[in-house]
Amino acid sequence: MLEIIDLHASINGKEILKGINLTVREGEVHALMGQNGAGKSTLSNVIVGHPSYEVTQGKILFNGKDLLELKPEDRAHEGIFLSFQQPVEIPGVSMVNFMRAALNAKRKYQGLEPLSAGDFLKLMREKRRIVELDNKLANRSVNEGFSGGEKKRNEIFQMAMLEPTLSILDETDSGLDVDALRIVAEGFNKLRTPQTSAIVITHYQRLLDYLKPDVVHVLLDGRIVKTAGPELAFEIEKRGFDWIKEEQ
Amino acid sequence: MEDKNSFVRQVAEKKYEFGFTTDVQTEIIEKGLSEDVVRLISQKKDEPDWLLEFRLKAFRYWQTQEAPTWGHLKMPEIDYQDISYYADPTVKKNQDAPKEIDPELMKTFDKLGIPLEERMALSGMAVDAVMDSVSVKTTFTEKLQEKGIIFCSISEAVKNHPELVRQYLGTVVPYRDNYFAALNSAVFSDGSFVYIPKGVRCPMELSTYFRINARGTGQFERTLIVCDDDAYVSYLEGCTAPMRDENQLHAAIVEIVVMKNAEVKYSTVQNWYPGDSEGKGGVLNLVTKRGHLRGENSRLSWTQVETGSAITWKYPSCVLSGDGSQAEFYSVAVTNNFQQADTGTKMIHIGKNTKSTIISKGISAGKSQNSYRGLVRVAPTAENARNYSSCDSLLLGSSCGAHTFPYMDVQNESAIIEHEATTSKISEDQLFYCNQRGIDTEDAVGLIVNGYAKDVINKLPMEFAVEAQKLLGVSLEGSVG
Repeated sequence: MLEIIDLHASINGKEILKGINLTVREGEVHALMGQNGAGKSTLSNVIVGHPSYEVTQGKILFNGKDLLELKPEDRAHEGIFLSFQQPVEIPGVSMVNFMRAALNAKRKYQGLEPLSAGDFLKLMREKRRIVELDNKLANRSVNEGFSGGEKKRNEIFQMAMLEPTLSILDETDSGLDVDALRIVAEGFNKLRTPQTSAIVITHYQRLLDYLKPDVVHVLLDGRIVKTAGPELAFEIEKRGFDWIKEEQ
Repeated sequence: MEDKNSFVRQVAEKKYEFGFTTDVQTEIIEKGLSEDVVRLISQKKDEPDWLLEFRLKAFRYWQTQEAPTWGHLKMPEIDYQDISYYADPTVKKNQDAPKEIDPELMKTFDKLGIPLEERMALSGMAVDAVMDSVSVKTTFTEKLQEKGIIFCSISEAVKNHPELVRQYLGTVVPYRDNYFAALNSAVFSDGSFVYIPKGVRCPMELSTYFRINARGTGQFERTLIVCDDDAYVSYLEGCTAPMRDENQLHAAIVEIVVMKNAEVKYSTVQNWYPGDSEGKGGVLNLVTKRGHLRGENSRLSWTQVETGSAITWKYPSCVLSGDGSQAEFYSVAVTNNFQQADTGTKMIHIGKNTKSTIISKGISAGKSQNSYRGLVRVAPTAENARNYSSCDSLLLGSSCGAHTFPYMDVQNESAIIEHEATTSKISEDQLFYCNQRGIDTEDAVGLIVNGYAKDVINKLPMEFAVEAQKLLGVSLEGSVG
């Protein structure tokens, strides 16, 4: 599904990713761990096409398509979703209007008619339940005045609405208390199918307890230096990253 | 990078939608301004002596005045002798035949989506269509007459209801009010006249559609609305012009009189040609609009969506004389490329327990300059006056400017005046967030801007609100990329 080959990327002329190779197959959940500054968020931003990052070398293929040739909105339409680490507030734009614009843009890309107002609202109601998002929140402006936990729940709600095939969760667990973490993680699990995949960026085991990754990668200074099964995450939880550094 | 370039190119090639011209035989008087020209205009319109006198007084006063320079505007030099002050597109070759509308004119208004055929007007809106200096057609006149409502061009009103016009003309905006008001009073050509009799609720929206077509002409329209005791009217105004590489002058006056317990809603969607992306051409929109809330508990609201014109200089204002009168001003002003806007309002509180509300939303993009200028004055007589003002600016990009010039003059201690102002910017992060959800940048800007302006847009009548929403998106195309 996703194939990253020798990816180099930089921001403001500074190279952050120094040759990433990563393959994610249908139905797999990959955890991406590593210390701050290792390049985890850079990698997710490059996959979704953030304009601040420049790809200097390498390729990203998504279902065989050259992802780097696509605009960010078209990458979204192809089925890639990023749950942002810090979702921005968009004052004045209601969640309803925002989601409707997003969903209808995707439908247009797929050659489908826009959803009627009635069907759309029904869909919103259904999907809200997955992350126990309050109706009041759904009627407010995008992320405006949301607490940290509400913002993250709102990200998973949007994921539920857009039904991506590849989801990237960038520290979705940060700032969540135990209950909120459970709601977000269980919500995510409800959305999983054998056809959907995910890349989960996290510092902690507790999110992975819920998500049960198939593969765990450790990113160090712009390269994936270790790849193993879920047991690797436990080991990092116990011992930190220093031993991996020393192995290098 | 390539995406960015193609986006910019696409926008640069996108044309002003209303920029076409109509090929219609137009009688245009020679360029230049003098007493003789003023007399000629009056004569062409077959006006009574009192009106000619009014014009001449205004003209003589205008000659003694100089154009104001206090606006936050770089105004091009206007050569008043290089403008034609009267253009009549309704003239037919056969002078003896009764005047009928040239099919070309019908087509023009058709293209603009303005229904001049009553049977086609499903929206139930009466229209007065003004092209250049002349009212082309007014619809639903007869239906409105049944209720005693007068809705016609001001030229017809002068002929058919001279006593009403004479009673009110120039009483809200006197010709001495300002330079452009004096000019308009001297040379005004056409515009709309509305009279709503006592106790009548106007059953449909009234609207005037202004179009400048002829080259090298100015448009000097004059609108007068009188809403008698306990009456109500909602009035809409729309404007477009062809693309010309020269500046076109538009100096209008709107006067509104609101009597006891009466209510007037006046909405404008102004989309004059704004000039090209290099700042060449465009309409100079220099307008004086004022309402006089004469009666007790009278109400007036101005709602404006200003997206066009190279320069906008207008301050729709309210004089709150009647005790308990209430006035509102809702404005969205968008500037892009090299457009300049200096717009706002004046709320003059004279009566007791008067209340005014000002909501202004400025949106600037490109290299444009957008200023809010507003005055709240509370006279010594205005016991318990209240005003609430909120002025927000939204910036797109870093080459544009937003400015706020609030003035306050409070001479009665019982007044409560509140003022809030904010400035914000559409951030790259907001746009990227939208992109990641599948919304392209153009739609994202439209979504954000409409969200920002919705408090004002919601005040517009339904059909107008839809138009205004589209217009906001279109006006800002190419402002980010």
